[in-house]
Amino acid sequence: MATQALFGQLLIGLINGAFYAMLSLGLSVIFGLLNIINFAHGAQYMMGAFAAYFLLSLTGLGYWWSLLLAPIVVGLFGIALERTMLKRLYHLDHLYGLLLTFGLALIIQGVFRNEFGSSGLPYAIPAQLTGGYNLGFMFLPAYRAWVVVFSLGVCLATWWVIERTKLGSYLRAATENPTLVRAFGINVPRMITLTYGFGVGLAGLAGVLAAPIYQVNPLMGADLIIVVFAVVVIGGMGSIMGSIVTGFALGVVEGFTKVFYPEASNTVIFVIMALVLLVRPTGLFGRAS
Amino acid sequence: MIILRILVLGVALLLATGPAQAQISDGVVKIGIMNDQSGTYADLAGPGSVVAARMAVEDYGAARKGLKVEIVVADHQNKPDVGSSIARQWFDADKVDVIIDVPTSSVVLAVNQIAREKNKALIVSTGATSDLTGAACSPNAIHWTYDTWSLANGTGSAIVKTGGETWFFLTADYKFGHDLERDTEAVVVKNGGKVLGKVRHPFPTADFSSFLLQAQASKAKIIGLANAGADTTNAIKQGAEFGIVRGGQQFAGLLVFLTDVHSLGLEKAQGLLLTESFYWDLNDQTRAFSKRFGERHRGAMPTMAQAGVYSAVLHYLKSVEALKSDDGPKVIAKMKELPTDDPVFGKGRVRPDGRKIHPVYLFEVKKPSESKGPWDYYKVRATIPAEQAFRPMDQGGCPLVKK
Repeated sequence: MATQALFGQLLIGLINGAFYAMLSLGLSVIFGLLNIINFAHGAQYMMGAFAAYFLLSLTGLGYWWSLLLAPIVVGLFGIALERTMLKRLYHLDHLYGLLLTFGLALIIQGVFRNEFGSSGLPYAIPAQLTGGYNLGFMFLPAYRAWVVVFSLGVCLATWWVIERTKLGSYLRAATENPTLVRAFGINVPRMITLTYGFGVGLAGLAGVLAAPIYQVNPLMGADLIIVVFAVVVIGGMGSIMGSIVTGFALGVVEGFTKVFYPEASNTVIFVIMALVLLVRPTGLFGRAS
Repeated sequence: MIILRILVLGVALLLATGPAQAQISDGVVKIGIMNDQSGTYADLAGPGSVVAARMAVEDYGAARKGLKVEIVVADHQNKPDVGSSIARQWFDADKVDVIIDVPTSSVVLAVNQIAREKNKALIVSTGATSDLTGAACSPNAIHWTYDTWSLANGTGSAIVKTGGETWFFLTADYKFGHDLERDTEAVVVKNGGKVLGKVRHPFPTADFSSFLLQAQASKAKIIGLANAGADTTNAIKQGAEFGIVRGGQQFAGLLVFLTDVHSLGLEKAQGLLLTESFYWDLNDQTRAFSKRFGERHRGAMPTMAQAGVYSAVLHYLKSVEALKSDDGPKVIAKMKELPTDDPVFGKGRVRPDGRKIHPVYLFEVKKPSESKGPWDYYKVRATIPAEQAFRPMDQGGCPLVKK
């Protein structure tokens, strides 16, 4: 295979990695700060895509409005879940949160599938981002370029807020020792609720980004979420930078597998996961607790 | 004394079981609709197939004729192991007499084995593998609606003849994709075309960009999609993004259902050539049937797979009535003996190798400007007569066919 063609595949890998990075980032934020394994993440991603679809078909608001509004809608849904259900589980084992969110994911997907069928609804690429650039070694659709730049921006901003700002330090402190942080007059439960809402909003945002590429399909999250969990495990549960870097890296690995041995492209990430777990059980960027 | 008792008992038993043997087992004809109720293939068959089966039972007038018919439904999730265990449970414990529909060729072949082993009946509508009437043919099975050979014969040869002589395949990596690719490649080569390359992608795949780049690099004129459902729609949608058509290449959707076109929208699907054995807007009979179907299925028009289930259940019940028995292989034999006639496919018959034959159509997807409303998607490009639409019996290698 020509080197030029490999450049193309590298770029494609980065674009797909952008989705893995955004989704695993949301999971990491939620796990790192709330200790909840959010299995409903795939369903919330799907809801983001559907929110974009409905904003367009019912209210006529296009892609750019969806990019702003859909994450807020999905995030509010997440906040409602946290207030009514998840907050009752914080003192229990991780397993309970996992089971609850898994059940919720099945219910949400089932309801959407029942309503909208399984073959998906169309959503067009915004007019400003149609077409593309001829890079010589490949044709790069403008929309894909936008996805990779935008999601990288979102990922780095999130990392910066959590690791480098005062708000972020409150969040991290509240995870370490909520009682002490509360003693400083900070409303910890509200902060946790908002954090969950933010993580879920990230999933919704990824859903909006995905809507013009894939069909808006009730099952779109179910296929993706398992891979994203593998990314989180490889990166190290709860590590923000870890999930961003591994997200992009695994996108590239998967892309190359699609060239050299396409049959294995949906298993390669799990093979890597198994290897990483054998050698470094805390993940590539995880800290042993 | 003991001998007398045994005799009495024996006679009593004979009286009890004697007439029943020539009748319907347990007094009920139990039809099992097995398909994908929730995954990629749920819209093209799924719950719609169940609607079609129920319509067939009503139209046949089972209740009026005193025949008790029961329909059970199961979701095989496109997994051969799940399909196999449902089939065993149905045949062994639930007294199901016939399994109908069954998308996903890998599941079809697994269930085919079990139907034969348990001496029951199988009628496949949605599944595509042409092996079901070839090497894997069975006295217990009929292949009803279409198969990979007929798709290749329709779409493949039409495209090669209009100048699409170089091909690159995107193939779903399981039995169905492999068969469809094999049958299409044979047609392409036979008509003087050439296959430049192929990629086997996992089933299902959401992102085709990597495979599309490879197809672009091959410079083949035609990108043959040997996949189905969401895989096909995703590939076409993303192909538009990567400028496949603008770059002078064309897609050949080798298995495209009406629901796929509906999901893609005419803007993206226009001009696509596809082969199907049924379309709702073919004639008055199909329109009337489809209208009734739509009223019971959220206004959707039936796919060929769902229409095939209707037609299959109708002919099955007719044959059970004629035979006065629901014994698996005997009903299948009767179905082959009786000519078929229904609003879906018109008149037809079932060949000794288990292949149901009827005309097959080459359609072209309309431009948005040509479409008069929802579901008005196809125009007929060619009609392939029943006798030419399917693989000739002597070429399939079916052991049931006497040479």
